[in-house]
Amino acid sequence: MVMALIQESFFLPPLDFSSSQTWKSCRCPACSCWITSFFPWFGLDIGGTLVKLVYFEPKDITAEEEEEEVENLKSIRKYLTSNVAYGSTGIRDVHLELKDLTLCGRKGNLHFIRFPTHDMPAFIQMGSEKHFSSLHTTLCATGGGAYKFEQDFLTMGDLELCKLDELDCLVKGVLYIDSVGFNGHSECYYFENPTDPERCQKLPFNLENPYPLLLVNIGSGVSILAAYSKDNYKRVTGTSLGGGTFFGLCCLLTGCSTFEEALEMASHGDSTKVDKLVRDIYGGDYERFGLPGWAVASSFGNMMSKEKRESVSKEDLARATLITITNNIGSIARMCALNENINRVVFVGNFLRINTISMRLLAYALDYWSKGQLKALFLEHEGYFGAVGALLGLLDSA
Amino acid sequence: PTAVCLRNIITLSGSLTKLAYYSTVQHKVARVRSFDHSGKDIDNEPLYEISVQEEITARLHFIKFENTYIETCLDFIKDHLVNTETKVIKATGGGAYKFKDLIEKKLGLKVDKEDVMTCLIKGCNFVLRNIPHEVFAYQKDSDTEFRFQTNHPNIFPYLLVNIGSGVSIVKVESEDKFEWIGGSSIGGGTFWGLGALLTKTKKFDELLQLASKGQHTNVDMLVKDVYGGAYQTLGLSGNLIASSFGKSTTADKEFSKEDMAKSLLHMISNDIGQLACLHAKLHNLDKIYFGGFFIRGHPVTMRTITYSINFFSKGEVQALFLRHEGYLGAIGAFLKGAEQDNPNQYSWGENYAGSSGLMSTSPDVYPMQRTRSGTFDMLEMDRLERPLVNLPLLKDPSTYIPDTVDLTDDAMARKYWLTCFEEALDGVAKRAAASQPDSVDAQERAEKFRQKYWNKLQTLRQQPFAYGTLTVRSLLDTREHCLNEFNFPDPYSKVKQKENGIALKCFQSVIESLDSLGWEERQFALVKGLLAGNVFDWGAKAVSDVLESEPQFGFEEAKSKLQGKGRSLDLDLDGPPHKCALIFADNSGIDIILGVFPFVRELLSRGTEVILACNSGPALNDVTYSESLIVTERIAAMDPVIHSALRDEKLLLVQTGSSSPCLDLSRLDQGLAVLVRERQTDLVVIEGMGRAIHTNYYAVLRCESLKLAVIKNSWLADRLGGKIFSVIFKYEVPCK
Repeated sequence: MVMALIQESFFLPPLDFSSSQTWKSCRCPACSCWITSFFPWFGLDIGGTLVKLVYFEPKDITAEEEEEEVENLKSIRKYLTSNVAYGSTGIRDVHLELKDLTLCGRKGNLHFIRFPTHDMPAFIQMGSEKHFSSLHTTLCATGGGAYKFEQDFLTMGDLELCKLDELDCLVKGVLYIDSVGFNGHSECYYFENPTDPERCQKLPFNLENPYPLLLVNIGSGVSILAAYSKDNYKRVTGTSLGGGTFFGLCCLLTGCSTFEEALEMASHGDSTKVDKLVRDIYGGDYERFGLPGWAVASSFGNMMSKEKRESVSKEDLARATLITITNNIGSIARMCALNENINRVVFVGNFLRINTISMRLLAYALDYWSKGQLKALFLEHEGYFGAVGALLGLLDSA
Repeated sequence: PTAVCLRNIITLSGSLTKLAYYSTVQHKVARVRSFDHSGKDIDNEPLYEISVQEEITARLHFIKFENTYIETCLDFIKDHLVNTETKVIKATGGGAYKFKDLIEKKLGLKVDKEDVMTCLIKGCNFVLRNIPHEVFAYQKDSDTEFRFQTNHPNIFPYLLVNIGSGVSIVKVESEDKFEWIGGSSIGGGTFWGLGALLTKTKKFDELLQLASKGQHTNVDMLVKDVYGGAYQTLGLSGNLIASSFGKSTTADKEFSKEDMAKSLLHMISNDIGQLACLHAKLHNLDKIYFGGFFIRGHPVTMRTITYSINFFSKGEVQALFLRHEGYLGAIGAFLKGAEQDNPNQYSWGENYAGSSGLMSTSPDVYPMQRTRSGTFDMLEMDRLERPLVNLPLLKDPSTYIPDTVDLTDDAMARKYWLTCFEEALDGVAKRAAASQPDSVDAQERAEKFRQKYWNKLQTLRQQPFAYGTLTVRSLLDTREHCLNEFNFPDPYSKVKQKENGIALKCFQSVIESLDSLGWEERQFALVKGLLAGNVFDWGAKAVSDVLESEPQFGFEEAKSKLQGKGRSLDLDLDGPPHKCALIFADNSGIDIILGVFPFVRELLSRGTEVILACNSGPALNDVTYSESLIVTERIAAMDPVIHSALRDEKLLLVQTGSSSPCLDLSRLDQGLAVLVRERQTDLVVIEGMGRAIHTNYYAVLRCESLKLAVIKNSWLADRLGGKIFSVIFKYEVPCK
């Protein structure tokens, strides 16, 4: 039922793929699919929870091209650029749009669109119904879904995916977006005085010489990469306690149904009612080990008591879940940074979207526990770097 | 024990109260004393006098109470607070705050709070050093879930990960040097608290029960859910968890309690394992001990933690657990309070009679252990008079394993030996009662002993790992501990006395006949005598049956029993004499007097010094150190060789530090070790089934060694491919 509704409501305009153009194409070195670099230019990152789509809208189309542009290509462009929401679940993050970008000699705008992964079948179905395959364009995709849905793309949509490695795309995407900047502003930023709420402020960070760098990608789960140069990077470790865990636990604990709702609740809650702090156990700081009284000793530790379980609000629980997951990611990231001997940690991924609480907490935690040795950095385009990397992969290979 | 006097008391409370106290236990010991024989009819008098005396030894007790029994616990302490100058009681843990007033009011003592972590580490060092088979690795999918480790002479450095409501990761570098290197708020409290919220199940144990029944794949997003299969480029299996609770990101689906609990368990265990590995890597450590209530006695969490450590360290780090983990804080707090007694300068032995064992997979197997007025778990450690150390001649103390057969591993052997001990039990109880004919309650105590040891054997049938690796030695030692518990310090004292007397009368004729032989013949006869003497073992059923029914059975009869004859000896007795021989003797009577002493005499005549090591305390009919003193004195009176050797300190009598029929070369009396080093010992002779076969059969020494015994058990003979009364004669020369 839900699925059918979404199918109806996805990319609405009728697409006509009847006419065709002549194409130049080549083999992709990575997965040897056929790559064509004609419009539309898409980059797709199919994660465990969210699909991230970046679309390059050419703004330098000549009258001649306009003339030649097949009708359905035109309608895709118009549809994508004139809407900010697609169906009931697709969203364009307008505030992230990169304007007047030059890509492969073409000028245009880069759009950032996302929709839930569980709508993927509907997306493919739509592609099939609208004869997307007749455009003979290549869809470059990364993320686990590029593997999971490969067969569906082929059988349902007659589309061959060009599968690109997740880590390659992520690193490439981060470096590229940082290099072009955010419409004249800095893509990368940090929090100054993270340990002082009064004086804490977001400031631009120059990531011109990025290496070595620890890249922490927080999606449903968490991947941690260490990058030593443009081509030398490795996955250090990962954890299953990520954005999916925060959202999943919030759904179970509070009955919320969206990530936004979960974050909204968290912003009004008080985690100290749920968590057992050091001072709850020791009456103050635990001096023997240099632990401050405000530090969390046991996440959800107060919930061992029945009375306390009955006295907490859903908001408190959402907040505690957020704090628990965030602190844990910070702690693992810090240990990896120490083991890899890296002092700059860049946090990306959609978990951080509209999630200032987590960002500030990560900045704080890294600074505090490393005694100022480690710096937490953030990027404006949080979760889209994989998709950007996929788009770049398309243009690189052609 | 007949009397308990508390000298120092500590409580530690979490959800349980753990009480540690030092008591002086008054119990009976058998003493031997030489008679003044002047002017008496030696032939009709016993060789020496046996008396049972009261001895006071120090014992450490650790008891767990459920907090609901705190008042009972305090009453117990109050009742036993006799003659104590204690004004302060040490307490640590959360309950130290909670019960402070109650304790102070009830006992009239001041509560002195000790730092939790300091206590924990002190306790950990103590058990690692003092309790054999304290450490184990957990392997769910093997026959033996618990893999006990031999005690390494050097316990440092190690990582201690304590999983209480939160997690503390501590690096321990030496007795007093440790450092908190990290921690995590995601711990046992998170499992419990979050689990209670998710499943409405209130108890920690019940949550674990739920978890053990659940399927986490219904709640967790796996790699294959994201990738459709494995993430091959990174070599990540499809079954790995990509996102914990990643499938519960919906408001319209119900999830089962079991599945959520399982997912939560995996999430927390994996997270702790990962952090522990990251810390271990940073500090270059490969031993991680896990403790805290999250782990304590719960195979479910030991399994998930072990899995996580293996996964994240790629097998480079081992997750280790401790048998007495639950007592570490209490032990440590106790040690802090008892610093004036300096418990660390002593060696301690686990008293199997007074200790309950490790829980099995299913706590339902022995629900009995949970009754008894709220105390359901205890540990007792006896303070040994003198420190125990390694035999300096061990080739590699860190890999030395005393026991020959691991009965936890070998189900066939385990079944055989448990049955064997069960069948012998009635006889042992009878003999114990008979050894104290003048005591009115001997029958009753013997029955209590029988009951206690029978229960231990049944526990071991169910949980072979209850006291560490199960071995013939541990079965024998447990029996001795149980006998002592019911004041049967030496059931064989009279038998030994009689046999020593008889054997002494034959000594001179045995020597005369040996001296009449040619050199080569004599060497052969000496070894044969050594072996024949070893037939006289009341511990072996085949022998005790003969000895009970044929009182005339003697040295010559024993020689004729020996299987296999005429083999020439490998022992290099015609080479240059050894500098010094260390001999571990076995039985009283014929064995020591007619078997060992002629051999000792021959060695002395060759110019080899001899250290004769006998047990410090009684076990079966094994000769004790004090008996050996009397016997030697009597032999010296008859034999000039022995006489002058004693006088010139060429023959030295020492005690082993042990009261076991077996021999652990890593726990020997310090005095013995010093002497062995001083005299440059270059030959070790180990005699008897308990010392040379059940233990030390595979022991590798740095000098020549001779292990000899007569197999007095047909099953064992079968196992080793021989017949009953076959001879083991194992002469080993260390490879250069």
